[in-house]
Amino acid sequence: MEPQSELPARLARDLDGSFEELVVVHQRLVYGLALRVVADPADAEEVAQDTFVRAYHALAGYDAQRVAAMRLRPWLAQIALNLARNRLRRRPPPARPLEDGDGQPVAVPAPAAAQPDQLAERRQERELLAELLAGLPRGWREAVVLRHVEGLPYAEVAEVLGRPVGTVKTHVHRGVRQLRERLQAREERVRG
Amino acid sequence: MNRPGTHDDPGGWRELADGLHGLRAEPPATLAPAVLERVGLADAFVTVDGPAGPLLVAYNGRGISATAPGTDAAGFAERFQARFRRPLQAADRPPARLVAQVERLLDPGRRSTPPRYDLRGTTEFERAVLAKAQEIPRGQVRPYAWVAGELGQPAAVRAVGAALGRNPIPVLIPCHRVVGSDNRLTGYAWGVPYKRALLAAEGADPEELERLGRRGTRFFGSDTTRIYCYPTCSHARRVTGAHLQRFSGAAEASAAGYRPCRVCRPPALAG
Repeated sequence: MEPQSELPARLARDLDGSFEELVVVHQRLVYGLALRVVADPADAEEVAQDTFVRAYHALAGYDAQRVAAMRLRPWLAQIALNLARNRLRRRPPPARPLEDGDGQPVAVPAPAAAQPDQLAERRQERELLAELLAGLPRGWREAVVLRHVEGLPYAEVAEVLGRPVGTVKTHVHRGVRQLRERLQAREERVRG
Repeated sequence: MNRPGTHDDPGGWRELADGLHGLRAEPPATLAPAVLERVGLADAFVTVDGPAGPLLVAYNGRGISATAPGTDAAGFAERFQARFRRPLQAADRPPARLVAQVERLLDPGRRSTPPRYDLRGTTEFERAVLAKAQEIPRGQVRPYAWVAGELGQPAAVRAVGAALGRNPIPVLIPCHRVVGSDNRLTGYAWGVPYKRALLAAEGADPEELERLGRRGTRFFGSDTTRIYCYPTCSHARRVTGAHLQRFSGAAEASAAGYRPCRVCRPPALAG
């Protein structure tokens, strides 16, 4: 997805002169990944900042040959994921949503929008999907986020998560299947 | 997306995948600038109350990187960028910890350790000179020759002057406490009147110091301790009038049987 760039070589030659480019190129992945793990945008921004700061100091300490040979995307994703998990661990767990006995959270009716236009509808669908994604078991969720939200190839997802490609594929598949089942269940309930 | 599927997309898998990809989030615009500032590739500035008027203070994650007296932020940013080749922008919100540190440093009623400084772009010699300037206590002065002697390079007086002139962090790193051998307030990047104002604000008496220098007095001695000091040394200031001796140089003082103060470390012999 991302064209093979010469960025690692430039970072090896001139870290200070090329580091901004690294941030610009990878901030969407790093922030997006953090957001799907920690959920809160302010927390996600801090995790993303910390990721790049840590990356800078690591790169400054590596010798040029090592930097030039680096695969930046999975490396940054791994740092971001670790920092996001750590932050989550330090935070008190969220209140468990009330469930209806079938493992489904009780639907709390949202105040109806005055005029449910198409845009609002799409936003609602997006929020629903984000919510269901957040409800997946962690291993599945991380695999789904890396593969389908951020669009990394399976080999890189496996590298980031430190698991075999086969395992990662299974997790992605199970995660997506669960999402689909829950979406369908909602749909049926809405239809009555 | 929450439809069971269409002809082209049985089961709605592709629609679900598209929906997931649509969850990609845009990073906030503040992310990249904040990162660059934290690693020291970009700087922000604030204005603080300095001892002799407002003081512009630039900083990044490595420490305070530059100061400039006054309020001309545009000129400050221009000179900063020309010298350090990094962008400088007004801080979004004042960095509370840094402002508190600077205020503590400038507060005459308190002793405090200096904040962290980012001195990239200076030479090793320049940093050594600035470190020596920082050793001079508030309200006291030392000659350029003293700094050169302390660094073991007594001939490098001019180089010391040049290094102090390139001090990127004036006022906070007190290059204004270094003066001519006759206590003349020479060469200050921000003008001699400003140097005078800074010293006066610290409780030094610049006019009296210059008067002493014109009369040829370099050191004060005490005839009870037989020690000689720079006139602003805290030990010299404790000597009462009747016991105060004035010397025009180290040779005269040692000839009179005086030894140099161990605190302000004047030269041992003609220097």
